[in-house]
Amino acid sequence: MNAEVVDVVVVGAGPAGMAGATKLASYGLNVVVLDEQSSPGGQIYRGITLAPLSRRDLLGPDYAQGNPLAQALVASSARYEKGAAVWQVTRDHRVSYLREGRMQTLQAKAILLATGAMERPFPIPGWTLPGVMTAGAGQILLKSAGLAPSEPVVLAGCGPLLYLLGWQYLRAGVEIKALVDTTHHEDYWRARRHLVAALRAWPYLRKGLQLMRSLKKACIPHYTGAEALAVEGTDAAQALTFQVGGKHERIETRCVLLHQGVVPNIQFSQSLRATHTWDEMQLCFSPLKDSWGELDVPGVFVAGDGGGIGGAQVAALQGKLAALSIAARLNVLGAPQRDKQGADLRGELNDNLRIRPFLDALYRPRDEHRVPSDDVLVCRCEEVTAGDLRSFVALGCTGPNQAKSFGRCGMGPCQGRLCGLTVTEVIADARQVPVADVGYYRIRPPIKPITLGELAGG
Amino acid sequence: MPTEPLFQPVTSESRPTRTLNLTFNGKTLTVPAGISVAAALLMVGVTRFRATPVSEAPRAPYCMMGVCFECLVDIDGVPNRQSCLVEVSEGMKIRSQEGARDLIFQPVTNQALEVQP
Amino acid sequence: MNTATNSVVADAIVIGGGLVGTAVAYGLAREGVQTVVLDQGDDAFRASRGNFGLVWVQGKGHGHAEYARWTCSSAKSWHLLCDALLADSGIDVQLKQSGGFHMCFSDEELIERESRMQSLQNMVGDYPFEMLDPGELKARLPLIGKAVVGASYSPLDGHVNPLKLLRALHSSAQSHGARFYRGVNVEHIQGAAGDFRVVVGDQQFFAPRVVIAAGLGIPDLARQVGLHAPVVPNRGQVLISERVQPFLNYPTLNVRQTDEGTVQLGDSMEDVGFDDGTSREVLSAIAQRGVSTFPVLRDLRLVRAWGALRVLSPDGLPIYQESTTHPGAFVITCHSGVTLAAANALRIAPWLKGGVQPDELAVFKGERFLTDKVQAYAH
Repeated sequence: MNAEVVDVVVVGAGPAGMAGATKLASYGLNVVVLDEQSSPGGQIYRGITLAPLSRRDLLGPDYAQGNPLAQALVASSARYEKGAAVWQVTRDHRVSYLREGRMQTLQAKAILLATGAMERPFPIPGWTLPGVMTAGAGQILLKSAGLAPSEPVVLAGCGPLLYLLGWQYLRAGVEIKALVDTTHHEDYWRARRHLVAALRAWPYLRKGLQLMRSLKKACIPHYTGAEALAVEGTDAAQALTFQVGGKHERIETRCVLLHQGVVPNIQFSQSLRATHTWDEMQLCFSPLKDSWGELDVPGVFVAGDGGGIGGAQVAALQGKLAALSIAARLNVLGAPQRDKQGADLRGELNDNLRIRPFLDALYRPRDEHRVPSDDVLVCRCEEVTAGDLRSFVALGCTGPNQAKSFGRCGMGPCQGRLCGLTVTEVIADARQVPVADVGYYRIRPPIKPITLGELAGG
Repeated sequence: MPTEPLFQPVTSESRPTRTLNLTFNGKTLTVPAGISVAAALLMVGVTRFRATPVSEAPRAPYCMMGVCFECLVDIDGVPNRQSCLVEVSEGMKIRSQEGARDLIFQPVTNQALEVQP
Repeated sequence: MNTATNSVVADAIVIGGGLVGTAVAYGLAREGVQTVVLDQGDDAFRASRGNFGLVWVQGKGHGHAEYARWTCSSAKSWHLLCDALLADSGIDVQLKQSGGFHMCFSDEELIERESRMQSLQNMVGDYPFEMLDPGELKARLPLIGKAVVGASYSPLDGHVNPLKLLRALHSSAQSHGARFYRGVNVEHIQGAAGDFRVVVGDQQFFAPRVVIAAGLGIPDLARQVGLHAPVVPNRGQVLISERVQPFLNYPTLNVRQTDEGTVQLGDSMEDVGFDDGTSREVLSAIAQRGVSTFPVLRDLRLVRAWGALRVLSPDGLPIYQESTTHPGAFVITCHSGVTLAAANALRIAPWLKGGVQPDELAVFKGERFLTDKVQAYAH
């Protein structure tokens, strides 16, 4: 197999990948950025280089922050390959990807994984019906195509992205039928103990409060402490039902946008068999990394939300940190300079991370929306329910990999992305053991589906 | 087939400067250039993109960012394309995927070979 | 040591909860033997999960009559296992014994194949097969590719859904009273003839019989009870596709379609494998062969490449042996966990209980590996 040899392959062109690649290229390294999208920005700055000014205005100043990052990448010597679907990364730094129907392989000296976050699965009755999407999906439609729901939409769940989307929809004149918030009063009380630390990240907090205020001012029906969310419908969504304080509510709508936080996309770090740990605050698995972002797979680094949720600013800083370490490793930067620059970046990083414990505590997704009742589909691809999983546990299944064997759970096209966390938590709950003891799917290539012909030809 | 679109351009969007034609299940549709196939289908009123191979349940895009694989469609004879990751182009022929694919009774292979370099 | 709540007493301990261990445990439980199965955790290396699902006879045991006969007898009684599992667990493991094909891609391969099949027939006797030329092959498999110059066909071959089989064995063994202990890593077997103790953490298990079916854990455990069983890992790779409509009614050695519609492609060890190559090269080679066999698979979407560590003895044949120094301790290992599941479940329990060993098995002793002259049977 003839692989082109390069210095560094960066997977993903969100804030971490863009900042990391730009910095790496500044040291004269031969850098290739492989990105699945058709323009740089990742999901948070999706379409930033293409969005018309009116749309940028609408989306707000945080979105516009992505433009300098994207312009810097484009201006740098890094080779940006759009529309590249990376399907395999190996421990010896070979990266295989598919682009315009062609199979290609790069051999790198170091790899920076900047694959970002994905939205946490929201397994409730009816979540597979057409018309039910994630809030992130709604936002991507707005960012990349200027589209918004044509009928009054229901936003449901919790977390900053949900409120941000609500604010953006308001600015766009989109009618919001209701904001169904799963946050409870006790969540505020639980989060308060992190408030002092959060105050030091005041810009974040202020922005959040402003969002909430503008939503309130717009007099959108706002339900708080919503429980037992479910979507009604046979061929498509018809209504969202839920309970507030024991009272049953039903809101008719064809469009429900769900959100309960984001979690690291760990497909690559898992497939590399890097060590992952369970984060009880963020309720997700993250890869174990050193202070520069290097995994326990030498020469493979993670930056951004793929290594634990921190947001866009944190991601860009982590991308630069990883770049410093890689540059030193490849002998184009001295250790003293690396350490000096690294210390400055870490100071900034810590400031930006102070808000996280507060947010994680306040917007902790509800147990019943992570560990659903028996009739709810957990694995959307293979249509495996929570009840099926519990019957596998009764048969002696101890973890997600046996669940796969017993019932094909996680073996469909999404390769467990949309069910992994739920499966782990359902099994842990059924076995009454800590989630960390249950573990996660073993992820195998191809990380993105390829055809037999493509594989044969490569 | 298309019903009332679930998504539409927000009012502040200027009219698209470029549009193009494509077909969905044989019906010709005009959509703005530069957007994803999934976005285009949603704005012209396609609510059901496929039926699952397991129970033939209806599905449509869920994540719009390439992780859920719910938006799979057949594009120009190539099945299982993630429509949220493919940009529209002139003359594109899109078909919904109904249940498990039939390798035999679908003139897929030759077309697939033609469009791939 | 007292026998507090953490002690379990049984008639037999089976170490290993893969296809071999659960088949043996199911057989024992059916015979009324109180059986406990000690199984590793979720992340263990499991050959059972990378299984190709073939119930395969043709070509196996070339130059080794006992293996050929043992394989044949298991395949012929497989329908009994299938029925028993359905009755006990309600799970249909989707046994289809419609016959199977082995494709040849060159005239040399075809000649080699025919001579192998013919010598097996001469040796075993009741061993039906046909050699098919491209025309005959196309009549039976219309989608066959031009690269295939011929094939051998045996009506004895078939396949099952190996994942359903594993689940059915677990469930059926339990329905007969077998008790499973999971997340258990057995390191030591203590005791002697007819009185064994296995200690794991603060738990201990007592039984007069212990069966070691622990895959790659076998050599070390076997040594502790005076058995020599030098199995080693062998990486096998399987590609799995999206679900598609049925297109292939027969299993072939390198391509088959499951009852769920997914297509599996592999470098099954029943063949002379590709096992020297690197992962990526092996995967490409499997794919190339799949596309050459059935060109219609060219645009089939792969969703998963499965690597599993197979358990292989130096000559590739099974080991079925009771310890002479520690009677009551057995080692059982074979790489064809699916094909031999029927024999492992239905034929050896009486022997493990204290009866006579089935005739065919006398030759499958680990001592054969103590010489330097081990012949590998490409099987």
